[in-house]
Amino acid sequence: MARLEVQIGDLQLKNPVMTASGTFGYGTEYTDLIDLGRLGGIFVKGTTLEPRQGNDYPRMAETPSGMLNSVGLQNKGVDYFVEHIYPVIKAYDTHMIVNVSGSTVEDYVACAEKLAGLDKMPAIELNISCPNVKEGGMAFGTSCVSAAKVTRAVREVYPKTLIVKLSPNVTDITEIARAVEAEGADAVSLVNTFLGMAIDVESRRPKLSTITGGLSGPCIRPIAVRMVWQVFHAVKIPIIGMGGIASWQDAIEFILAGSAAVQVGTYNFIDPAVSVSIVDGIHDYLDRHHISAVSELVGNIDYL
Amino acid sequence: MKQLDFTVRSNEKLNEQNHLIKITPTDHGPLPEMYPGQFVQVLVDTSPRIFLRRPVSINFVDNENNEIWLLIQIVGEGTRKICETPAGKTMNLIFPLGSSFTLPGKNGNFLLVGGGVGAAPMLFLGKKLREKGFSCDFLLGGRSQNDILQRSDFEQFGTLYCTTEDGSFGEKGFVTHHSVLQKKKYDFIYSCGPKPMMVAVARYAHHNGIGCEVSLENLMACGFGACLCCIEKTIRGNVCACTEGPVFNINELTWLD
Repeated sequence: MARLEVQIGDLQLKNPVMTASGTFGYGTEYTDLIDLGRLGGIFVKGTTLEPRQGNDYPRMAETPSGMLNSVGLQNKGVDYFVEHIYPVIKAYDTHMIVNVSGSTVEDYVACAEKLAGLDKMPAIELNISCPNVKEGGMAFGTSCVSAAKVTRAVREVYPKTLIVKLSPNVTDITEIARAVEAEGADAVSLVNTFLGMAIDVESRRPKLSTITGGLSGPCIRPIAVRMVWQVFHAVKIPIIGMGGIASWQDAIEFILAGSAAVQVGTYNFIDPAVSVSIVDGIHDYLDRHHISAVSELVGNIDYL
Repeated sequence: MKQLDFTVRSNEKLNEQNHLIKITPTDHGPLPEMYPGQFVQVLVDTSPRIFLRRPVSINFVDNENNEIWLLIQIVGEGTRKICETPAGKTMNLIFPLGSSFTLPGKNGNFLLVGGGVGAAPMLFLGKKLREKGFSCDFLLGGRSQNDILQRSDFEQFGTLYCTTEDGSFGEKGFVTHHSVLQKKKYDFIYSCGPKPMMVAVARYAHHNGIGCEVSLENLMACGFGACLCCIEKTIRGNVCACTEGPVFNINELTWLD
């Protein structure tokens, strides 16, 4: 029986399969469909200091093997989360990790401070890569200076496991990864969505109210795998890989590229039980290849 | 809400654009309680061009035969693929999803307005009203007679009035121009169809002091409140049409301004 446990910072995961922020609500949306206790962790949706209404409809366009979204961090704010959502989700038998976003460094810091006090919240994921908000978001994740600045500020107030979620919309993702590692990030997660656009040719209108949006789904997978591989060779902290994972084979591919753990995102919409099948699939794969622990597989590509 | 495999019992081509597909749980298990206005998410296939599930409203629940009916109009590649599914094939569903029409507490004059394939949930609503011992009128509209579907099914549960834009069936014009609206005073109106039609129905109801619920067809990815893509602007802010809707009272929406 292969061991699936994974260590990310101080976080001990029962297995490397987690669900990506923005695709899994607060977990509550999926309790009818899967046993959340089978998952390594759940990244709950992007949370900001103040409540946000998000962007106007339409916010979604289906694209080949993927979709564009421009939700724009719609959420009820961190105080609502702490008072009303945390008391429900803290009972789930898996790690619940909040994705934290903001428009200013002060927003991120205030939000992280409020979450630091929650016993059953062992980690946060700093979202410096949301492409769908006018201010902040991805702007922090596209320069080494601002990525370092926000990571440093949050690190000062947040003692638990700090994961920084990177944007792929950069020339060299390894520079950003190194910058946040230098400021004390415990792990990086990558990639967030790619900035994309779709136009209805009959009406000549953009398909999203915001014109551009974030592309996700299997269409981005090879680019995401490449970026994970590059970052694996650039930093020492663990990588949580994601980008179009739809099967256990995809998850293994990310692990081989250098991910210590993975997040399943968009495909949850199509098969809500996919993450649980991925856990089983990884387990069978390890046994079949006589590998005793999933950690042995991380970055273990045979180049010949 | 559950994810379950169904077997297609029959796939009837009603005309060039529309199919009626009857499905039953593959495991022969009983169907859960479902309510009119609710919908299902159909897994089409996972080919590159049809990536997401397709939301389809529940047209009818036939408890005797343990079947759900889906009325599907071919509007793109996804719906075309669904309509090509032959009897005997499996179809994976996440269901039942969303809110439902509010059933009245006492009998009255109820009008169920459907536009084109959007009339689908009105058949199930008519059945539920009948089960409560209530009667209703149906007012169906379309561009032409090809858009007025399942007439004999509707007639089992109420009186049927129709309009077509080209006058090929029923009265010529839009549903809101039908003469029955001049003759009869309704207590409540339920509506589902294209948004311009529902807005017109909502405004008619509002001007005449009639309560009204509409069922929206916003674009969605997941169908169960996780992706936040199908939002509708309401007096309470942006809400998911898939979980807080698809059925809304018109007083909650921002259409009447």
